Amino acid sequence: MGLTPLIQGEQCKHNDIKTPIMKATLLHQYHTIAPEEVTLWFKAAPVSKFPKNGGACIKYKDQQIAVFNFAKENIWYACQNLCPHKMEMVLSRGMIGDENLEPKVACPLHKNTFSLKTGAHLNGNLNAIATYPVRIIEGFVHIGFTE
Amino acid sequence: MKTVIVVGNGMVGYKFCEKFMAHENSSNFKLIVFGEEPRAAYDRVHLSEFFSNRDAQALQLAPLEWYSAHNIDLIINERVTDIHRDHKTISTASDKEYSYDYLVLATGSAPFVPPINGVEKKGVFVYRTIEDLEGMLAYAEKIKSRKDNGKAAILGGGLLGLEAGKAVMDMGLEPHVVEYAPKLMPRQLDSRSSNVLQLTLESIGIQIHTGKATNKILGNGAITGMDFGEDDTLEVDMLVVSAGIRPRDELAKTCDLKTGVRGGIVVNDRMQTSDPCIFAIGEVALYNQMIYGLVAPGYEMAEVAVNQILDNREAAMKKEIDMSTKLKLIGVDVASFGVPYMPADKGLSIIYENKTKGIYKRINVSHDGKTLLGGIMVGDAADYSILHQMYLNNIPLPDNAEELIVGARGEGGSAFGSAMDLPDTAVICSCEAVTKGQICCSVLDDGNESVKAVAKATKAGTGCGGCKPMLNDLVAESLKTIGKTVKNSICEHFNFSRQELYDIVKARGIKDYNELLDSAGSGGYGCEVCKPVAASIFASIYNETANRQETIQDSNDRYLANIQRNGTYSVVPRVAGGEITPKQLMALGRIAQKFDLYTKITGGQRIDMFGAKLHELPLIWEELLAEGFETGQAYGKSLRTVKSCVGSTWCRYGMDESVSLAIEIEHRYKGIRSPHKFKGGVSGCIRECAEARCKDFGLIAVEGGWNVYVGGNGGANPKHAELLAEKVDKKTAITYIDRFVMFYIKTAQPLQRTAAWLDKLEGGITYLKNVVINDSLGIADELDAEMQAYIDTYQCEWKEAVENPEIRSRYTHFVNSDAEDDNIEFVSLREQKMPKEWA
Ligand SMILES: Cc1cc2nc3c(=O)[nH]c(=O)nc-3n(C[C@H](O)[C@H](O)[C@H](O)COP(=O)(O)OP(=O)(O)OC[C@H]3O[C@@H](n4cnc5c(N)ncnc54)[C@H](O)[C@@H]3O)c2cc1C
Ligand code: FES
Repeated sequence: MGLTPLIQGEQCKHNDIKTPIMKATLLHQYHTIAPEEVTLWFKAAPVSKFPKNGGACIKYKDQQIAVFNFAKENIWYACQNLCPHKMEMVLSRGMIGDENLEPKVACPLHKNTFSLKTGAHLNGNLNAIATYPVRIIEGFVHIGFTE
Repeated sequence: MKTVIVVGNGMVGYKFCEKFMAHENSSNFKLIVFGEEPRAAYDRVHLSEFFSNRDAQALQLAPLEWYSAHNIDLIINERVTDIHRDHKTISTASDKEYSYDYLVLATGSAPFVPPINGVEKKGVFVYRTIEDLEGMLAYAEKIKSRKDNGKAAILGGGLLGLEAGKAVMDMGLEPHVVEYAPKLMPRQLDSRSSNVLQLTLESIGIQIHTGKATNKILGNGAITGMDFGEDDTLEVDMLVVSAGIRPRDELAKTCDLKTGVRGGIVVNDRMQTSDPCIFAIGEVALYNQMIYGLVAPGYEMAEVAVNQILDNREAAMKKEIDMSTKLKLIGVDVASFGVPYMPADKGLSIIYENKTKGIYKRINVSHDGKTLLGGIMVGDAADYSILHQMYLNNIPLPDNAEELIVGARGEGGSAFGSAMDLPDTAVICSCEAVTKGQICCSVLDDGNESVKAVAKATKAGTGCGGCKPMLNDLVAESLKTIGKTVKNSICEHFNFSRQELYDIVKARGIKDYNELLDSAGSGGYGCEVCKPVAASIFASIYNETANRQETIQDSNDRYLANIQRNGTYSVVPRVAGGEITPKQLMALGRIAQKFDLYTKITGGQRIDMFGAKLHELPLIWEELLAEGFETGQAYGKSLRTVKSCVGSTWCRYGMDESVSLAIEIEHRYKGIRSPHKFKGGVSGCIRECAEARCKDFGLIAVEGGWNVYVGGNGGANPKHAELLAEKVDKKTAITYIDRFVMFYIKTAQPLQRTAAWLDKLEGGITYLKNVVINDSLGIADELDAEMQAYIDTYQCEWKEAVENPEIRSRYTHFVNSDAEDDNIEFVSLREQKMPKEWA
């Protein structure tokens, strides 16, 4: 599912009058990337650096990306580390699991859960988070970006 | 393509959009929605929840993406100012014009503020929007920073006023409700029930002043009091006006639509105004010469308007509109339905009143005793839903109608049978108009076998939530008819209760989470609910630390520290019994200063250090360990502290050495993980300076030994601990507490404190005494042995984490860089630091 970039320009002032600019720009850095859009595979770190059935955070330029390993089937997911609820860089420290087999992560701060496939907020109405493709090449975790 | 303009993005305006989009004919229409408030529609009914969670987003009815996904133009922060019926256009405050084919006015209402001299003063608020609440919160903070005993009054003792009364009380102000009528909730209650309610409210600290006409608001610039005439005044620092609503019909007046004498846009039963292309719905609509200040009728109006616009069908509003209400939130049951009170020539009443318990119930029945006409319940509204349904569905009354309110005599019979006796057409959820038939079908035909699944499929219970008890019953009863029961299962991954899972792990000797999921789970990868439950069970059975299976631990356990608002952590070393040497104190000071941590003394007599970044945790602990400290497990569902008073070592009243005993017990139970956190207290005499009776277990020294108390707690629902044993010696006291703790660990639900556990334990404290003291279950030896095993295998998790390079390497923010999280910002606060506020 493509994700419409979060409220831009004109409409921004309607969103939440108290939202400081800072918060908006932070969110603007993160956009879902579909596998076919990837133009750059960023070599992040060796697989051994990531916990099994849990998450860790990697740095790419100014961005923080949370990476999760579902070890049973060796499936990997990546998403923004920023929780859109309170704007903290914490999602990589959350517990992972599934809701009706939809893989998800639960924010460690307030247990908001997000789909790792679509980014959708599963137990509420927050904006969806951005998700990224992951590939394992020669024992290294690679994350897909467009630039 | 036709255009529908909706003015007002409140609860009903939103519902209109939702129903419009769900309708099959909607594709040829474009919706443009204007909202004056700075945010998209939110759940006003649950507005008061904002006081506890301050989370505006949680109240939102649909995210902005929902509107764009449905191609709805939502324009918020923009008021519509004029309607030009001749051109079919509207114009807005920023001078833009839009044309419409149909116009829907869902402008709601505004609080009515009586023209009292001085209402414009600072500190006078209304209660309708999130901004109102933010204003109240900020003002209350100001009052509290100035004085300790701030007072707030509510003008109006109706449903909303009482809700507001509770809200200001929760804000820490002394609440006063001022009502003009001689009784509370004048529209819903008769005088006797009103009296009962008043007594109950006063007993929980809400002061009531009825029969008071406010003449004047006193104060110079800001409110300082209210004047009721004849030297009768009330000093207050804040006032919330909740004196009724006025429909926002000002747009109708700009274009000569017909309005009522006392306001409201007149509509027919198709929700059309005097101009057939313009509809009015919700609290602004005057239907049958009435304004309906509830969501359910508003939602029905939305449905009617959608149908009228989309296929002109016969859709029409019912003649009779149900105005039954149940007061929420306040902690006292109050409900009324149908005709709450009436003169004797219209019907007869059966009244039950018990002032000692604060209960009043009244039902009104027809002269022939066959039909229920209405009623009132105060103090106990458990049967409200079913009575309300009997009224709505005209169910014939039993011969002894009084049993409906006093309960059936004789064997456990209930006068009204079960919810299953209702006709299939009975509307159970009035917010979403879901019938009993739909709910049962959802269970039986569509296979939705939990309340959550049924709610998701039918939307029942997702509005005000008032119908939840009945929804629960219907789901449970429907399942029963096909031989299933609603299980107390942990989550979708395990069809077992915590106790069952505990037994499975123990009996099969399962050692890790994945093995458990494979052998006892129902598929999938687990989730944030079952993982910590399993972690707690593994810890209880094998006394393993949180380091072994770190990814199934709850947020705090995973990194052995309490995660705080901005994603940093706090650090709390153990200070057993609250006893600390000057040298240790200096060491804590030095370390906190070195890492620039905010420090505070906790309620548990130790020192909490806040603001540590993830990668700093092992560095801080390395130093703490070197100074002889060990982990305090403040992050765990485990023993926190054993609080003590100084006892006979110093105190001239002390009967025994409370500090020594507290230290001994704290070391005894430290590190044991349990269903929830637990705390202890030891007092040296009955003056009880350690507040031992507010703890999960408490010991008080008396003449001749120790009194042992269990099952108390402070927190949101304070409860005093109950006496387990009297005047026993120290060794016996410890044995009893050992068994109590073990028995609790093995049988409690996840996240159930000992107080709630004891409350639910069949037979209560008497049963517990039998198990612990008389060994009625024959498990005392087992409990003792398990406790001893815990004590023998204790290890400090932080020592393990600091010394083991693999565990220690988990403490970095990035796995591919040594950089710190640059998103964390602090600001200064009274010479220390605190997290920067985002908003
Ligand atoms: C604290 C509280 C508790 C409540 N509890 C309950 C309860 O338990 N049960 C129950 O049934 N009801 C309850 N209610 C009442 C319920 O909230 C209302 O019945 C419901 O919100 C009415 O919906 P509405 O859409 O008609 O009006 P609103 O929700 O008020 O929405 C109208 C919207 O239109 C906007 N607007 C007005 N004029 C214009 C304009 N010219 N241009 C653009 N926008 C405009 C307003 O700013 C507002 O956002 C409660 C209300 C409050 C305040
Ligand atoms: S009646 Fe309000 S949610 Fe069901």
